[in-house]
Amino acid sequence: MNDSFAVMIIVATIASGIRLATPFLLASLGEALGQRSGVLNLGVDGVMLLGAFGAYYMVLQTNNLYYGLLVGIGLGLIIGLFYAFITLNLRAEQGVSGIGIYLFGLGMSDLLFQKFVGTPRPILPFMPLDIPVLSGLPIVGEMLFQHSIIVYIAFALVPVMSFVLHRTTYGLNIRAIGENPEAADSLGVSVMATRYSAIIIGNGLAGLAGAALAIELGIFQQNLTNAMGFIAIALVYFGAWSPKGVMIGSLVFGLVQAIVLQCKTFGVIPRSASDLAAMAPAIITILALVVVAKRFKQPAALTKPYVRGG
Amino acid sequence: MFIKIEPRPEPSRAMKYLSPLLAAALMLVSGLIIFTLLGKNPASAFHAFFIEPVNDLYGIGELFIKASPLMLIGTGLAVGFRASIWNIGAEGQLAIGAILGGYIAIIFNDSSGFFILPLMILAGAVGGILWASIPAFLKTVFNANEILVSLMLNYVAILLLAMLVHGPLRDPNGYGFPQSVLFADSAILPVLLEGTRLHLGVFLSLAGVVVGWVFLLKSFTGYQIQVAGLAQKAATYAGYKYKKLIWIGLLSGGVTAGIAGVLEIAGPIGQLLPSVSPGYGYAAIIVAFVGRLHPGGIFLSSLLMALLYLGGESGQMNLDLPSAVTGIFQGLLLFYLLAADFLINYRIRLNTLQQEAD
Repeated sequence: MNDSFAVMIIVATIASGIRLATPFLLASLGEALGQRSGVLNLGVDGVMLLGAFGAYYMVLQTNNLYYGLLVGIGLGLIIGLFYAFITLNLRAEQGVSGIGIYLFGLGMSDLLFQKFVGTPRPILPFMPLDIPVLSGLPIVGEMLFQHSIIVYIAFALVPVMSFVLHRTTYGLNIRAIGENPEAADSLGVSVMATRYSAIIIGNGLAGLAGAALAIELGIFQQNLTNAMGFIAIALVYFGAWSPKGVMIGSLVFGLVQAIVLQCKTFGVIPRSASDLAAMAPAIITILALVVVAKRFKQPAALTKPYVRGG
Repeated sequence: MFIKIEPRPEPSRAMKYLSPLLAAALMLVSGLIIFTLLGKNPASAFHAFFIEPVNDLYGIGELFIKASPLMLIGTGLAVGFRASIWNIGAEGQLAIGAILGGYIAIIFNDSSGFFILPLMILAGAVGGILWASIPAFLKTVFNANEILVSLMLNYVAILLLAMLVHGPLRDPNGYGFPQSVLFADSAILPVLLEGTRLHLGVFLSLAGVVVGWVFLLKSFTGYQIQVAGLAQKAATYAGYKYKKLIWIGLLSGGVTAGIAGVLEIAGPIGQLLPSVSPGYGYAAIIVAFVGRLHPGGIFLSSLLMALLYLGGESGQMNLDLPSAVTGIFQGLLLFYLLAADFLINYRIRLNTLQQEAD
């Protein structure tokens, strides 16, 4: 194997890692927003599945990928509204209510798929959008600047979310409510409205993540996400609740997946080793949870419903 | 007229037991609406889903076979849930129990003896305990979130089972199919009722529910768990060792799930397959909640949940509906329950103008 071939492979693997990181990134940014406001949503995987099916079906019908993304977001927003009502108004236990969303989304997306599509038909993914000038750069161009629009959107959301969280009143409110809702409430911040908005936006991002996944793969099937939504939740811990940390975590996971895929393609590793590699995300996540638990503190009010004067 | 929500002076006991019934009714109505939207006649769909599977003795037997792992695991999980310790990892603990129990069955495949089944169950219990002790250890030592750790371990365990059945535990004479040898008779739970597949494992699960009942409601540790769940601070003041309760809460789910895994492979399945559970570990979470974290209630709710599984299979055969419908029902049931539980602590009052004027 000569050097230029090796470079080519490495560049292709990194580029594919960035692509694979995108759904993780979108979903975990959304989850991070909710958790910053003090609400845990374990249903991300279910929301992603519904978003993925909705987007896939829309694209099948209209051939318009952007409509697909919009449907994904829309479904996420609707489920978010529902989840907010259950956890905020009805104060459902956040450790389990998300499992209900997960089972519902898993079943519903499968039911709709079998009912309205049946045999899988592929859809065409987004064409890569080459950034002028930059995409022509050697190596870096192919790695970073020849992706589909959804990849750019996802990564652009990282600084946007950092800005919102740390430089706007809304972000300050979210952080305050996640740490000490009593104090925020006494200063006139509406705990209910702020949490509602954070959950709804967060679920919208989860729906978008599902849509991005279905469009990237060009297909839908039962349990398409294969637990990506749960890993996205763990990535929030991995990234210590910061958008930048979440991005780094997503990239690590995307790259791990890309490397495993690449090795499979070349048949470098035997089946048992690729099975072991498939466990890697879960194991890395557990290790990350241990490290993070030692070094960072989760939002103090996480999973605690707010009752005024309670 | 205004709708007003106000806290009840004290939690309503009646609502505590009415809310699962309300949730089940709402689930049923939603289900019939979904069936109708899919172009099925709701009456015949209802019949196919909820009546057809259990209208003979064989069907009743199947109902108990499906309910068996759910009631056993649900009881184990309830111990932790009562102390607000969230073990979401029963699915993985079940898989590890099945691996260890199945391994015993495979190595003793040529011998017979009464010791094999008890040894398998013991191995399954050990497997479940080991797997559940990972989140317990990480929670007590590093304060790592037990929900996520136990959840992630599900994927590790399920992949591990699939890997072993594709590799070292595969039947060498099985034409390369990913499955173990069929277990010998001495590793199979005997069928106890003729005309059904009702096996000894169902009665072991029932016994497990009774043990859980005694432990939770009659033992001092069960009382401590109850207090810790209601008020962690009070429990600490009382000198209860919270870390000990974390271990008990997680391991009780682990031991029941591990045993349930063995009862599945030594019962209806009869060998190791790449997948040995259609999500019993998750469904048992719902069973525990619908059953009010009380073994008696868990027994009843496990039958309801088992009916959803059977209905899903029957709907697939008779109505051409994907078995995914089961998951939809399970999800809806959990939702409606958590929503209806609001009525335990709050009540909705309709204020008439008369009262407004007062």
